Amino acid sequence: MIRLFLKILKTPKNIIPINNTPEQTEVFVVGQKIHNQVNRLFKGSLAIRQIDAGSDNACEQELVALSNSFYDIERFGIHFVASPKHADMLLVTGPVTRNMANAVKRAYEATPNPKIVVAVGDDAINGGLFKNSYAVLDGVDSVIPVNYQIPGDPPSPKIILQHLLNILESLDNKSTAIK
Amino acid sequence: MNILSWIIQIIFVPLVSPLCIGIIKKTKAKFQNRQGANIFQPYKDLWKLFHKDEVISSEASWIFKFAPFIIFAVTILVGASIPLISPYIQNTLTSDLLVIVYLLSIGTFFLALAGMDTGSAFGGFGSSREMTVAALAEGGFIFSLLAIALVSGTTNLSAITSASMFNHSQSFLSVILAAIGFFIILLAETGRFPFDNPATHLELTMIHEAMILEYSGKRLALIEWASANKLVIFIALAVNIFFPFGVATSFATGAVIIGLGAFLIKILIMCLIIAILESGIAKLRFFRLPDLLAVSFILSVIAIGLIN
Amino acid sequence: MLEIITSQISFFGLLLIFFIGSAFSLLVQKNDRAANIVSSLFAITGSLYGLIFSICLILTGRTLLITSHSASFPLLSMSFHLDLLAAFFIFVISLIALFCSIYGFGYIKHYFKQYNIGALGFFYNLNIASLILVVTAANGLFFLIAWELMSITSYFLVVYERNDKKNISAGYLYLIMTYVGTIFIMLSFLLLFKYTGSFDFAIIKANIALVPRIIKDIVFIFALIGFGTKAGIIPFHIWLPAAHPAAPSHYSAILSGIMIKTGIYMMLRLFLDILQPIPIWWGLTVLIIGSISALLGVLYALTEHDIKKLLAYHSIENIGIIMLGLGSALAFYSLNLPSLALLGLMAALFHTLNHAIFKSLLFLSAGSVINEMHTNNMEKYGGLIKFMPHTALFFLIGSMAISALPPFNGFFSEWLTFQTLFQGIRQLQFSSQWIFIFATGSLAFTGGLALACFVKAFGATFLARPRTTEVTKAKESNFSMLLGMGSLAVLTLLFGLFSGYLTTIFEKIGQDFSIFKNVSSLSSVLGFQSLSTNNNFASVSAPAIFVGLIIATLLAVIVTKYFINRKQKLVEGATWDCGTDLNGRMEITATGFSRSIVLIFKGILKPSIQHEVEYHDAENRYLPKSSAVTLSVSNVYQIYFYQPLSTSINKLSLRVKNIQSGNINAYISYIFLALIIALFSIL
Repeated sequence: MIRLFLKILKTPKNIIPINNTPEQTEVFVVGQKIHNQVNRLFKGSLAIRQIDAGSDNACEQELVALSNSFYDIERFGIHFVASPKHADMLLVTGPVTRNMANAVKRAYEATPNPKIVVAVGDDAINGGLFKNSYAVLDGVDSVIPVNYQIPGDPPSPKIILQHLLNILESLDNKSTAIK
Repeated sequence: MNILSWIIQIIFVPLVSPLCIGIIKKTKAKFQNRQGANIFQPYKDLWKLFHKDEVISSEASWIFKFAPFIIFAVTILVGASIPLISPYIQNTLTSDLLVIVYLLSIGTFFLALAGMDTGSAFGGFGSSREMTVAALAEGGFIFSLLAIALVSGTTNLSAITSASMFNHSQSFLSVILAAIGFFIILLAETGRFPFDNPATHLELTMIHEAMILEYSGKRLALIEWASANKLVIFIALAVNIFFPFGVATSFATGAVIIGLGAFLIKILIMCLIIAILESGIAKLRFFRLPDLLAVSFILSVIAIGLIN
Repeated sequence: MLEIITSQISFFGLLLIFFIGSAFSLLVQKNDRAANIVSSLFAITGSLYGLIFSICLILTGRTLLITSHSASFPLLSMSFHLDLLAAFFIFVISLIALFCSIYGFGYIKHYFKQYNIGALGFFYNLNIASLILVVTAANGLFFLIAWELMSITSYFLVVYERNDKKNISAGYLYLIMTYVGTIFIMLSFLLLFKYTGSFDFAIIKANIALVPRIIKDIVFIFALIGFGTKAGIIPFHIWLPAAHPAAPSHYSAILSGIMIKTGIYMMLRLFLDILQPIPIWWGLTVLIIGSISALLGVLYALTEHDIKKLLAYHSIENIGIIMLGLGSALAFYSLNLPSLALLGLMAALFHTLNHAIFKSLLFLSAGSVINEMHTNNMEKYGGLIKFMPHTALFFLIGSMAISALPPFNGFFSEWLTFQTLFQGIRQLQFSSQWIFIFATGSLAFTGGLALACFVKAFGATFLARPRTTEVTKAKESNFSMLLGMGSLAVLTLLFGLFSGYLTTIFEKIGQDFSIFKNVSSLSSVLGFQSLSTNNNFASVSAPAIFVGLIIATLLAVIVTKYFINRKQKLVEGATWDCGTDLNGRMEITATGFSRSIVLIFKGILKPSIQHEVEYHDAENRYLPKSSAVTLSVSNVYQIYFYQPLSTSINKLSLRVKNIQSGNINAYISYIFLALIIALFSIL
């Protein structure tokens, strides 16, 4: 145990600072209206539940990397939870396969309001690699209403983090619906 | 000053508990070479949860809906009954050793019932594991506090704290052994390593978290707050009963301020010890936990045997 | 007025009510409804009168001595001695009998047209009368007559549902164990008679110095075995888990709440009153037996999934706790610490009362459930809280009381027992101190394990979703059953709140013993009804805990619901099932719940698993047709104690059978031999 602690003390800090660089201020919004109460509610603390709707695990790897010492999503007050009942935001990855359609819907119904749904990765946005296959339903918005999208195949952790932070920033000003 | 001491006694535990959780998480993050969340993050989490809606399972009964209130109320009552900064407030009504143990058992009882109430598989086995650990921890809990009670000559917790530690210098070894036994029970009852991982996502490894998977919104906030309260209650018992340095012995302003400061420093040290321990050891397999609890029990029995 | 109520006539009137009730119900046995009304009415009236009688007796502190010498039986005198201890036990009997009879009025309705209600009323009333006779008898032979009456009437009640074969074998086992116990009791009385020349308890007590030390020890062991068999201490407990489930539920409550306490009553009478002065090893033995019974009782309860058997094992556990109080009283008195001995006695008496109340409550609620579900098996229940909400609430209150959770009454009697044991650890030395430490440890673990067991029992029965379709057809119990259960639930709370006042009454009852006259137990009731023992070594206040809990809960509810986010919406959804469909087979079962604890204690419990698989094709065993897993706990007492005993007795009997050779000449030689021996012994 002493060796473990010595190793901990000797490892250098390697955190990657995230600041809003100008080229990444866009937020990809998809039609649905955000619940009115969301203003300022999630800025301090956001609980994310990640749902794998039949994905090829590429996006999952990137999402897991968010909790390591390089990207450290916890420093922004965001943390991952195990149950959709504890969650504020659902991050859905993968083109929804037929077998997972019901599960995604149940997870959505189990999440209490106010909630945000984000589709991560090209597969989740419109089917991506698996578009038009017989086994998939071509994107999450065919099953549950989606609020935001994070494009990429897969998006790197830095991009996911910047999008998440921008979403949280824009929640403040977002009082009207987009169509 | 009298009124101020009473007010501090009642609101201290719920006020400080999220801060302790924040400190532990921050220290663990630093040990993992991360930056970690702000130490005031749990306050923001609780505030957000209080402002969310709830989804309640249609199979739940009134026990599921009522349990968070009673669990939280029990931690408030126990928090107000144990010696915090000034044991000079002699509480002879609810400050008995056995009363504290069994009042906390009420919380465990209702939490376990709430875990079984929704009929999910996770809640059921979470309740089973929690009751197993709680049943076996009770022996160590009562005996470690009993060792100190026998040394001080009373089972009233406020009165034990009033007696200074150097009065029983010939039972020094007993106090240390009982303190180690109590520390193991602290880890068991509050669900820290090596008994339970409070940050796990794998349901098969959960004990405490498994029972609260169905809660959301305000009720979840109450249960999380109650478990933080329980942590502070056990830390307060550990530092005040076994190492009562700096407690206020009168209602004078200076004494109360020093008492408050000393207590906060002691809580900080205990939180750091717990965080360092959690960063250094792994969670034990479930069927090895009774061995650890038996160790705590035997240490306390030896402590009793070594008195006089 | 009090004079009339506490007079001899009144006592005989009390007994007469029950005797008339039993006779009358036998007379109207042809009409089920009339028999039910008659037996319940007389039982309720008798119990109410018994309550008033005993309360008046305790409050005035009088002792009733009723003797009658009949010339026909020189040694038998129908004499009664009602001191405060007997009055207390009459109080317990009447209290439990009252609520069980109220409950029984509604419960018996489901026996209409199946069994003879008049016979039930006959045996029931006679049993209660015999219970009162047992605790007031002052003559050994008269006591044995009352004991026999009690055993026989209870046997007929245990086998009342005679259509089920299991009940008949349970009754048989119960009868045999009772008679084994009675033989030991008779032997101890005979030994005492031999040395003091009388069966009267008062005369034995006066002449106890005539009994040599070794005979007293033998009397102790025989009395412990005899009354212990009735009380249900390990290892003489094997009849309890068989007989309690077999009896009708309102009688199971009386069996468990009162009848096993008569064993405790006689142990108190003999060891604390008649046989004094006693050596210390008696108290330590009772302590050890109590600790073992408490621990093993709760461990066996954890392995059970038959709800009534689980409650029966908990009775064994609580008898163990009462014996802890009794044993510490004996040990302290032998060590010349009479105040602490009085404290131990008070703890034992308080726990007797509390256990009677909450155990009856639990048995009555279990009876309601079994009535609707037609099975004892907890694995077939589930979700009953939606169909029987009141019964669920009463069972919850009973569970909280038996797990010693404040502010209910179980906590306060266990608190007193703990305090007695703490004093033992504090003031004694060496081996006595270590036995007290062992006893405290067993009490501490028992409390925790009992809590786990009742989470399992309540959770598996009432919570989650139904495991069988029978559950959806269950209905709430009728009014008289709810009244019986509800009153007991209210009493658990009340006796908890007034525990300080009750402790002073127990002190008064304890001081009625001749060894405790003018002894103070150093416990007192201070401000806010706080009970303190031993000059403030410890103190607890029941009303403060209750009020504190109520205020804290109200505060939590009001602030959370009305001050924070009033606009919150509660949506009803489904249990989070990870996308699968949850059905009744996916929740935790009662066996699964306690499996962890059973495996942890596998050295004591010796669990075993048996797999049976049936394949479609026995040759290549690929596709199983059906598979069964049997989880069981080996019956240690049967295998290692009773079976070898009965085998050796059988072998012995076979050997002795050789005397009966059938040869006339051999028999004549036996007569000749006997004559010679008789002549020699006279000369």
